[in-house]
Amino acid sequence: MDPMKAEQSSRRTTAYDVRGLAEPDAVAPKTAKVTGDTAELDAAGLTPRQVNLELRRLIYGEGIIEVTLLNPGAMHSLAVGLLTRCRIRIEGSLGYFGCGLIDGPEIHITGRVGWSVAENMMAGVVVIDKNAGSLTGAALRGGDLVIRGQVGARTGIDQKGGTIIVGGTAGSNTGFMMQRGRQIICGDAGHGLGDSMYDGAIYVGGKVASLGVDCVEADMGPEDDELIDRKFGIYDMDRPDSFRKFVCGKKLWNYDNLEPHERKLVL
Amino acid sequence: MCGIAGIIHKGRDGDVGAEMTSMLQAMKHRGPDSTGYALYGQPSDLLVMRFKLANPNETNDFDFDERLEVSRREVEERLNKIGATVDRMEGESQYAYRATFRYEGDLKPLTDYVEDVPGAEVLSLGHSLEIIKDLGDAETVSEQYRLGGFRGTHAIGHVRMATESDVDIAGAHPYWAYPFSDVAVVHNGQLTNYHQWRRRLERNGHRFQSECDSEIIAVYIAERLSDGLSLETAMKQSLQDLDGVFTYLVVTDDSLGVAKDEMAAKPLVLYESDEMVALASEEMAIRAIINHEIDTYDPYESEVLVWTR
Repeated sequence: MDPMKAEQSSRRTTAYDVRGLAEPDAVAPKTAKVTGDTAELDAAGLTPRQVNLELRRLIYGEGIIEVTLLNPGAMHSLAVGLLTRCRIRIEGSLGYFGCGLIDGPEIHITGRVGWSVAENMMAGVVVIDKNAGSLTGAALRGGDLVIRGQVGARTGIDQKGGTIIVGGTAGSNTGFMMQRGRQIICGDAGHGLGDSMYDGAIYVGGKVASLGVDCVEADMGPEDDELIDRKFGIYDMDRPDSFRKFVCGKKLWNYDNLEPHERKLVL
Repeated sequence: MCGIAGIIHKGRDGDVGAEMTSMLQAMKHRGPDSTGYALYGQPSDLLVMRFKLANPNETNDFDFDERLEVSRREVEERLNKIGATVDRMEGESQYAYRATFRYEGDLKPLTDYVEDVPGAEVLSLGHSLEIIKDLGDAETVSEQYRLGGFRGTHAIGHVRMATESDVDIAGAHPYWAYPFSDVAVVHNGQLTNYHQWRRRLERNGHRFQSECDSEIIAVYIAERLSDGLSLETAMKQSLQDLDGVFTYLVVTDDSLGVAKDEMAAKPLVLYESDEMVALASEEMAIRAIINHEIDTYDPYESEVLVWTR
């Protein structure tokens, strides 16, 4: 079938241009209901790009500080790339890559999220009331990512900062290649916990199926408990009685640990 | 990338044709090349055979239709010769057919005999299973084969983005577990020990219709089932035997199963209620058929789950 015809027959039409951008001509639909400095946006019938453009119009253009997003319908890539302080409440569930590349927003999701939520978040807070898929908080750099339910595999892969808190269980390879930051898992963790981690700390309240390469158990100190108590206080979560702490064994630290520009400075 | 979906109603019938179309159409972006369905209607004493005699992208020369009619008659004749009593045989599209017949014997010689006709491929064979696959998105295929009114108990489906083999019906999922009646598979992923398994299974007398790696899952499961293993045990063994990344769904006459590889490298979202189980590569697909707010989760790595209707 002619791809253009196939495109036209789909219910939610999506156009692509030669640069590979989806819907290059999309504009903000201006359908949100604005009351003072808050707004309510219904995502039903809109494409992800229209929703994101509308969010940007409200937050950057109209100076809105609080947006409620209705009917997200598990769409992918919603509420991404927001680089300012604001508050967003998402009533429902997100698909993949939700709330990625954000710097500042406080986002509350009442449903669940798919893979790669809050990928590369720089700062801010993302709270998810239900479960999350795999790659939760991939390459997270800062802020708090709270999942009250369970998460899939490779949570916090390549994490470079920030805190990931999981109320339920976590899948395999949690903290895979993490470089900095903290993870607090209340339930059990799957096989290969902290595999190839460089640094950072993972706290587990339940059982650990197995440790990954070069991940070792460390002693819990008072500062660790202080951190956990403080975070659980902020998000009003029940904390398990005891946690075990896992860190990098540093047996694989064979590399030159200076970045190129740092090496120049030393020399 | 590919997208897979499955649905099973517990203890009742549903509009599986329309439901699967909505689920697959919602995941069209995962695979626009071709779409396939494995639908289970009411079990019948008769066998249902879906087969094709040419590919949709084959050149339509002047005597194309005549040649297909000759082949179709040849299939009918061969079915009669091998001892089947043909009830009906209808064209479902220019090149795909649906036949119902009474037959008590072994399915392997029958299938081999039919597939010996030039261009013939048996897409499915069973007492309730019907596999429909063609090029285009779900709505195109559903319209072409009139699946909107199909009622049944369970179904799986697949939208394909071809990575390892051609875009044609032979490369499209679901795969029927030749020569095992009423078993079909859809797969999302890549299998890295495909050639080893293909050689092993070919030595045991199994036939392959495509170059697509997913086909070995169907044949592998069929062989284990014919050895007397349960579906769940066969699927658990496959986690050890198959290398690569995969999430696959298997359906039999009364069950639907899912298996994930040990890295959980391919996504799957699961929804279960007292009435039904729905699973798909993306949650959007499940929400395409359920209006109210639901709780879903991702099964973990190396998990095998089986539900019975």
